[in-house]
Amino acid sequence: MEKNWPLWEIFVRSKNGLEHRHFGSLHAADAEMALENARDVYTRRSEGVSIWVVESKDITASNPENNGELFEPAHDKVYRHPTFYTLPDEIKHM
Amino acid sequence: MKTNLYNYILELADNCLIAGQRLGELCGHGPNLETDIACTNISLDLFGQTRGYFQYAAELKGEDKTEDDIAFLRIEREYKNVLLVEQPNRDFAYTIARQYLFDVYHLLLLEKLQFSQDMTLSAIAKKSIKEVSYHVRFTGDWVKRLGDGTEISHEKMQNAIDGLWTYTNELFEVTEDAKIMAEEGIGVDVSVLKDVYYEKVTALLQEATLTVPASKYFQKGGKSGIHTEHMGYILADMQYMQRAYPNMKW
Repeated sequence: MEKNWPLWEIFVRSKNGLEHRHFGSLHAADAEMALENARDVYTRRSEGVSIWVVESKDITASNPENNGELFEPAHDKVYRHPTFYTLPDEIKHM
Repeated sequence: MKTNLYNYILELADNCLIAGQRLGELCGHGPNLETDIACTNISLDLFGQTRGYFQYAAELKGEDKTEDDIAFLRIEREYKNVLLVEQPNRDFAYTIARQYLFDVYHLLLLEKLQFSQDMTLSAIAKKSIKEVSYHVRFTGDWVKRLGDGTEISHEKMQNAIDGLWTYTNELFEVTEDAKIMAEEGIGVDVSVLKDVYYEKVTALLQEATLTVPASKYFQKGGKSGIHTEHMGYILADMQYMQRAYPNMKW
């Protein structure tokens, strides 16, 4: 048997209407235990209304070594930002 | 003072107090961070419930008594908790088994107590039901995990259940005070919870591939203040601060 429990990533929705956000990670033997642990570790001060758990190994992450080709080409393309419009004052929070 | 009611409140509260104290001992000593926090959370839920009961009891008592006086300044014979909750944390299986055997009872009790004619007791019960529903889910899950886990975890959980079984029957003893309170519609006649309790526990133990102990020999005494040898140590730990520094506050 594995001596150490696998790592899980915990996503918590703080309020209805908001999206789930990454809160942190913890160890658990399976998904059900991950949910219970997340409830105790991350929502004991009423931080959330919904929890998602994903085993960390199931997340495919981009490689920091590839940051050059992945992200740098966007740096000099300011026209991709919608900053060339004048927004009416009535529209807040854009 | 309404002595029957006062005593009955202590019966309810002392179970929460001592169960909470036992779990609290694990703070920082749990098998891992996640389980440590879970046990401490349950402990804090139980202390919260205890405070609700003791504040009410202090009000009934008058004489400028506070919840702290009731929690910390009684002698062993005056505590009315059942023997089950004072049993030590021999290992994690024992801790979980003890808490589970109490939680199943606790939830059944609160489900009845919420209909008490006494508004305060009814309010405490309603608030506690959500907390205790989680406790029984958490501990029940762990009984299953350990029972139906590895050979060693199974053996440890079976030992814990075998060791603690003898304390389960006392939960359903009806004291004189409790009997009077039940007749007045304030308290719960716990003897009627017995069958459904053993049904629930038996079903879970079987799911956990554990053997339900066949022993019919049961211990009792806690409700009338006759405790096991462990109780003195709990109180020494718990009361030390108030005894050494009377009226000391955080």
